[in-house]
Amino acid sequence: MEHVSFSPLSRLAICGGTHGNEMSGVYMVRELQKQKVDRKGSVSITTVLTNPRAVDACRRYVDTDLNRCFTDDLLSAPITDSTPYELRRACELNAQLGPKGSREAVDLLCDIHNTTANMGICVIFYSSNWIALHIYKYLQSKITSAPVRAIHLDTPSSEAYSLESVGKHGFAIEVGPQPNGVLRADIFNMVKEAVDLLIEWLQKFNSGSVFEGGKVEAFTPVRSVDYPRDPTTNGITAAIHPELQDNDYTLLHAGDPVFKSFSGETVEHEGEDLYPIFVNECAYYEKKIAFHLTKKITLTLPSISVKKD
Amino acid sequence: MSSCGNSARVTEARRVAIFGGTHGNEMSGVTLVNLWVKNAAEIQRKRVETKPFITNPKAVEKCSRYVDTDLNRAFTPENLSAPGGDDLPYEVQQAQEINRIFGPKGSPEAYDVVFDLHNTTSNMGCTLILESSKDHFNLQMMNYIKKAIAPASCLVLLNEHPLLKYSTSRSVAKHPVGLEVGPQPQGVLRSNIFEAMRVILKHALDFIELFNEGMEFPPCSVEVFRVLERIDYPRDANGNIIAMVHPNLQDCDWEPLNPGDPMFLTFDGKTIRYQGSGTVYPTFINEAAYYEKQQAFVTTRREALVASAIGKV
Repeated sequence: MEHVSFSPLSRLAICGGTHGNEMSGVYMVRELQKQKVDRKGSVSITTVLTNPRAVDACRRYVDTDLNRCFTDDLLSAPITDSTPYELRRACELNAQLGPKGSREAVDLLCDIHNTTANMGICVIFYSSNWIALHIYKYLQSKITSAPVRAIHLDTPSSEAYSLESVGKHGFAIEVGPQPNGVLRADIFNMVKEAVDLLIEWLQKFNSGSVFEGGKVEAFTPVRSVDYPRDPTTNGITAAIHPELQDNDYTLLHAGDPVFKSFSGETVEHEGEDLYPIFVNECAYYEKKIAFHLTKKITLTLPSISVKKD
Repeated sequence: MSSCGNSARVTEARRVAIFGGTHGNEMSGVTLVNLWVKNAAEIQRKRVETKPFITNPKAVEKCSRYVDTDLNRAFTPENLSAPGGDDLPYEVQQAQEINRIFGPKGSPEAYDVVFDLHNTTSNMGCTLILESSKDHFNLQMMNYIKKAIAPASCLVLLNEHPLLKYSTSRSVAKHPVGLEVGPQPQGVLRSNIFEAMRVILKHALDFIELFNEGMEFPPCSVEVFRVLERIDYPRDANGNIIAMVHPNLQDCDWEPLNPGDPMFLTFDGKTIRYQGSGTVYPTFINEAAYYEKQQAFVTTRREALVASAIGKV
């Protein structure tokens, strides 16, 4: 595969509080702002608490999920008096860190999230984003405190709905398990280590290091599975089975238990072998998702380096 | 309840309630009570009427802890007698309604037993919460439950502290029993946590049935953890948290914390140590809902309480 060169990545945005009750990002941004971090070597750093009203209320969102507001359509819709809070914020963030798709957008946008699922450290990115993938490779080689995995969202940019799509390059760091509203020191320190390594990588990149290509494994969503529900009330009638609970990324085979009903029956996985992720994520109950099923793919990375003028 | 030496006569517990959703995002109780409202077969016992009840339906619908104010702090004498009807905060109105149905608190008409079902983000396992060291009926029930689920563990937390005690939903009853199971994130239903709570309630109701049928329970010793003090996070002048529960303390509910042991870790990696005068047993470590109540954990000390023999009147 041919070597790829990129312009220097000199403008980094670190975002937290996109979901106001995911505490690692909230406190990471607050700490960076307290220490007035705005530059590290060749990298200028903008830190943003993206959903301040949700952070104040310690809720995921106020009107609507901010991290679904960044499609091209939603960003270009006119703002009226009845526009939900998060849609307004999305437009403000697009102006501040973007505009999405333009030359003015920040070079790299890193959005910090937590999950109640036992997913360790995940780097979530859209399509073939070589920068994000090389950063993932770097984090994975250096971090020993938790497994580091890549989640690949196969969505074209115009339909990309989450905040990181605003930057020229972007990815989300998702770390769990951590309950909403709770700040765990071990999880915070994983996020801190990832952010430090990210900045280190950017400085190496900008100073001319060549990052070798190679093969990288990632997980890409195939379908999601909802809880069994009561047809009249729509209430759930089963919980994630104890054998699936906390076993994100462990391959599911047909016949493996996935739900245990309140009356004790087991519901089994059907169909092809797939890897479950976001198992029992709190915020997904209302999105009718008990877990996502993914397949493992192998991506071939080109070697990359900064363009020399 | 009359007590003579080491023995007490207690009236039969004919009216029992099981409260779920006192905090609308603590899912085990919400789920169990909804199940039993639909089909109460599992909670039927001879000689006792057991009523499952969702105490905070608006908070349950929003999947939030509360709407206006914490229902589990709302049962103060002032709130229960406050005039104002619809102008009162939602949970105060609820408290008055619950007091009408299951109380009045402190009166002979009050329900005999109320079980209030809770979850915590802390690694507390199964915990029974006792409000009075002199409630021999409750002590005997807790002893029965502990023995029934052994070797699995169920600890007893005693909150009789004059300043830290609070006016709970269950306090409308003659014998209030808190049941706290964790760790479970708010808004999440974990199968193992749900089933553990279900088993504890099964044994609790079995005890009540045996008691009502005339079984006599001899004196027994019950180990409890008595609440001593509340420890807040270190904060700056603006009230912002400047340190996190230390990884050595996180998830170590009920394990001894000795003077000099790590307690908090600042964001830049400095350890803050416990400066108390003796060993304590911390619990409610890093409970999500307690950040706003200025509580990182509570300290307790271990005590053996003696429960009088009991039998029905």
